[in-house]
Amino acid sequence: MLGYLARRLLMTIPTLLLVAIGVFALVRLIPGDPVQVMLGDAADPAQAAQLRAQLGLDQPIPVQFMHWIAKLATGDFGHSITNNLAVLPLILERFQVSAVIVLVAVAAAACIAVPAGLVAAWKQNSLLDLSVVGGATLLLSIPSFWLGLLLLLLFGLKLKWLPVIGYVPFTENFWQAAAFIVLPIATLTMVEIGVLTRMARAASIEVLRLEYVTHARAKGVPEWRVLARHVLPNAFAPTWTLIGLVLGHLLGGIAVIETVFTLPGLGRLLVDSIFARDYPVVQGCLLFTAVIYVVVNLIVDLCYPLFDPRVTVA
Amino acid sequence: MTLLSVENLRIEVSANKAVIVDDVSFAVERGEFLAVVGESGSGKTAAARAVLGLLPSGLRKAGGRIVLDGIDLAKVSARQMRALRGPTVGMVFQEPMVSLNPAISVGAQMAEGLGLHERLGKREIRGRCLDMLARVQIRDPERTFDAYPHEFSGGMRQRIMLASVMLLKPKLLIADEPTTALDTLTQREVLDLMVGLARDHGTSVLLITHNLGLVSRYAQRALVLRQGKMVETGTTRQILFSPQQAYTRRLVEALPRRGATTKAQQVGEPLVSVRDLKVGFAGRQRLFRRDTGVSAVNGVDLDIAAGETVAVVGGSGSGKTTLGRAMLRLIPTSGGAIRFRGRDVTATTDREFRLASQLVFQDPYSSLDPRMRVGELVAEPLRHVPHLAAGERDRRVEAMLEEVGLAGLGKRWPHELSGGQRQRIAIARAIVREPAFVVADEPVSALDMTIQAQVLKLFERLQLQYGFACLFISHDLAAVEQVADRVVVMQGGRIVEQGSRDDIFDRPQHDYTKALLAAAPVLDFDGAATARASG
Amino acid sequence: MRANTAIGSVLMVFLLGAAITGAFWTPFDPLRINLRARLQAPSSLHWFGTDEFGRDVLSRVMVGAGASVVIAVLTVLLAVTIGVMVGCTAGYIRGWVDRIIMAVTDALLAFPGILLALAVMIVVGANKTGLILALGLAYIPSVVRVVRGTVLSIREKEYVEASRVIGNSEVYSMMRHVMPNAIAPVAVLATSMFGWVLLAESALSFLGLGVPPPAPTWGNMLAASRPFMETAAWLSIAPGLCIALTLLGINLLGDSLRDRLDPRMAQG
Repeated sequence: MLGYLARRLLMTIPTLLLVAIGVFALVRLIPGDPVQVMLGDAADPAQAAQLRAQLGLDQPIPVQFMHWIAKLATGDFGHSITNNLAVLPLILERFQVSAVIVLVAVAAAACIAVPAGLVAAWKQNSLLDLSVVGGATLLLSIPSFWLGLLLLLLFGLKLKWLPVIGYVPFTENFWQAAAFIVLPIATLTMVEIGVLTRMARAASIEVLRLEYVTHARAKGVPEWRVLARHVLPNAFAPTWTLIGLVLGHLLGGIAVIETVFTLPGLGRLLVDSIFARDYPVVQGCLLFTAVIYVVVNLIVDLCYPLFDPRVTVA
Repeated sequence: MTLLSVENLRIEVSANKAVIVDDVSFAVERGEFLAVVGESGSGKTAAARAVLGLLPSGLRKAGGRIVLDGIDLAKVSARQMRALRGPTVGMVFQEPMVSLNPAISVGAQMAEGLGLHERLGKREIRGRCLDMLARVQIRDPERTFDAYPHEFSGGMRQRIMLASVMLLKPKLLIADEPTTALDTLTQREVLDLMVGLARDHGTSVLLITHNLGLVSRYAQRALVLRQGKMVETGTTRQILFSPQQAYTRRLVEALPRRGATTKAQQVGEPLVSVRDLKVGFAGRQRLFRRDTGVSAVNGVDLDIAAGETVAVVGGSGSGKTTLGRAMLRLIPTSGGAIRFRGRDVTATTDREFRLASQLVFQDPYSSLDPRMRVGELVAEPLRHVPHLAAGERDRRVEAMLEEVGLAGLGKRWPHELSGGQRQRIAIARAIVREPAFVVADEPVSALDMTIQAQVLKLFERLQLQYGFACLFISHDLAAVEQVADRVVVMQGGRIVEQGSRDDIFDRPQHDYTKALLAAAPVLDFDGAATARASG
Repeated sequence: MRANTAIGSVLMVFLLGAAITGAFWTPFDPLRINLRARLQAPSSLHWFGTDEFGRDVLSRVMVGAGASVVIAVLTVLLAVTIGVMVGCTAGYIRGWVDRIIMAVTDALLAFPGILLALAVMIVVGANKTGLILALGLAYIPSVVRVVRGTVLSIREKEYVEASRVIGNSEVYSMMRHVMPNAIAPVAVLATSMFGWVLLAESALSFLGLGVPPPAPTWGNMLAASRPFMETAAWLSIAPGLCIALTLLGINLLGDSLRDRLDPRMAQG
């Protein structure tokens, strides 16, 4: 197990290195002098020279890269240009907001989607199945930000049940905080239910056709137990791998939801920094998201044997 | 006393009302062993599943009466039916690789049935499971109990399956082609265990099979089905030795029989000759582990003369398929030499050897490109015949198709044809360039019995006509006995015995050969002729 | 599932119809500002109402459809062309070429697609060409993955081995037997990709990183509608509904395409 973990961690190194090179190259690829771009037209030469030195731009590129990597390794992601805050703490603070929303949404979506897909597969081609598939396809087709806007319109503006704009950390007031994030979570949950239900249904159909299901029935096992004990664990394995992808997908798309609901999350930080041309923060956000994505998929892989004893991590 | 009686059973496809089983009636007495014989599409599986009330989705029972142990199944609730499944009727499935749940340990799967149907303590359940595992000759019952199905071979899984079903001491055991996926030796062991267990518990057995050899060895009575209809029913002796119906006669006649004479042994230089051939596979990088390397073929010497048929027999994992592929230079060898017409072709991709040798695959579904028409498929090898005009090529393709009985089907797609027709295409494709050497890798084992006989006959006729040498790879001793001039027996990557067909079949020397022969059921036609049933 | 195909086709015909019509004719000039007619609710004159500058929403939605279709088609073409070439090379040559290609692909896939597009947008700038380049690049890795996997599995098929036995060269076997059989999964992927691109494009435009105003796209129309959500809900409903219905059409068509190309369906 430990050996396997070490091997998997080693395997992520080339990936992360390539990601780092890409993120590093990004700023160099922006047309024009990055310092000029960052400071705008009103830059005076002394200020420019200072920023250039601060960013290490006066050194040869390979040296710059090595410096940058060396600093990253110590957790130093540099400082924001707009407010001179250290990038990593800033990211971590914002990430908490995004992480709560994404994790709760995925968990909720899985709890609804997997049973729904299972039952739809069990009653394949029935009216129930058709409505589950239809509903899932419909949810899959609604853009998250539009759904968010509609929910906001309905619950925030028309019914006035929930606050429209703002955010309160959980540490300050739990119920207020919950009120602010319930709509974003509901939006993401509904969007991901579409993907996961279809996946769970397809996987369940595959499993239901297999002989061991008939074998279980031939032993006199009741239907609910056939589904819960024989179909569900086997159908959940492929759905589980998808959950890793879904988490990544959500992390990527979170900026849009945070924009709709004006939440101070990681995605919003990235977009704001892009507009502010705050490149250290942009680099930090991109790199951080990639690392999270890689780690999430690693965890998903490591948990896989829990659902499928054929795969061992020895 | 009658345990099961099925009267006028009718099963339809729910969607289009196509009839799968049409007016079938039969009965199973207590302690009796009844075989239901039929080819694919005969409805034998559907009929048996109807007894369990577990028809595959899309099928429905449209008529008839099933009385099991005095209970009319039409009158029981779903709950009562579940109570019957297990203690009254159990089922063993065909495909051991998918009939045990991969996510649940062997012990838990065995215990599940006991827990549902009997009031027993945990320890008692475990004890009964372990006893039963020992009864089906599983070496380490304790370890097996806690292991998962994927850790076992097909034969072992089928024993576990058998154990878990017999644990409930059912009054009727339905066995649906229980050993078709196993090799000859394992098949014999599993079936002997099944019969022994059934006898111990007084269980009646309904054996669904396409294999007349198994019928003759194990069944007291047999029922022949064809395309959903009953053809004939009677005692096993009647069915096999004095069949009344034309179809039953065809089935019996389809059993391969030893040809009258073998071709004369040729002297002089062999066409293909192999010396000390070795093939090793490096460990494969799986998702999470690297398998240890294995040597599939380990020092094989073999000569094949022009026009002769050499059969390679052996169980799964004996290396026979690898040998065939290696001799065609399709996989790299790790040692030894292959000579073709006296020339060394081991290392080089020799053009002449490539064009003079061909391969017929086992599975006619995956060996034909689904996006090419039949005519194109057969014409493709002729690309490499120099100076062949298009008209001449078309003429040869048409002639070849006629030769294999597919005249006029050149414009069809492979998926529009049956398995037997597809295998004929594969044979036509192999023969059209008139090769000197053909490797046939289990060429008929994916086909139905009567189709097997036709395809084997076709193959033999073509060989006489075109005079190619053949390496005939098969696990089916019956087919080998019919077509082979010489036989090579392989075990664990080595040749353990080789000799003329008659020597191997009549005077086997090696223990493994003897075991193989003993495991293949033989039909004795009252001293007149013997036929070995396909295994 | 014939209903799937029917509903999907109808929705796609509507989309294409609107896009093509919008290229030649719209009820009003989608860019003309008329402050006297601002924020009018849907009426017989302005079917979908007017926006905060008095522009006709229907006209803007029609022109936006064109923009979306052009961007999606070009992006898919770009990603599929490059992806198929790279994926075939990797799956076919294997060895170290494959390993390098897959390492880069995996690194790119370590970014969620939309973030990758976002990163590229920073470099190329927010405009239509930039958007196509960014989204195209973002989706190349998925195409490479699928194509490589398909090629790898098909080249192990017995009919490809049969081609080798016949004496066909590797390149011929590849062109004649592997490629034609690899088209089906690529077609399915391209269909769903059309949907993803449409969605990603509108998401980027919504964030202000897509096609810049005043040129209308569904995404930037939605973004612009936010301040007027309470007073003029039609502004967000028209473009949102367009995106949703288009995606629904694509998903339904994709499903029926997948069903038709599923080998198990074909064999039955």
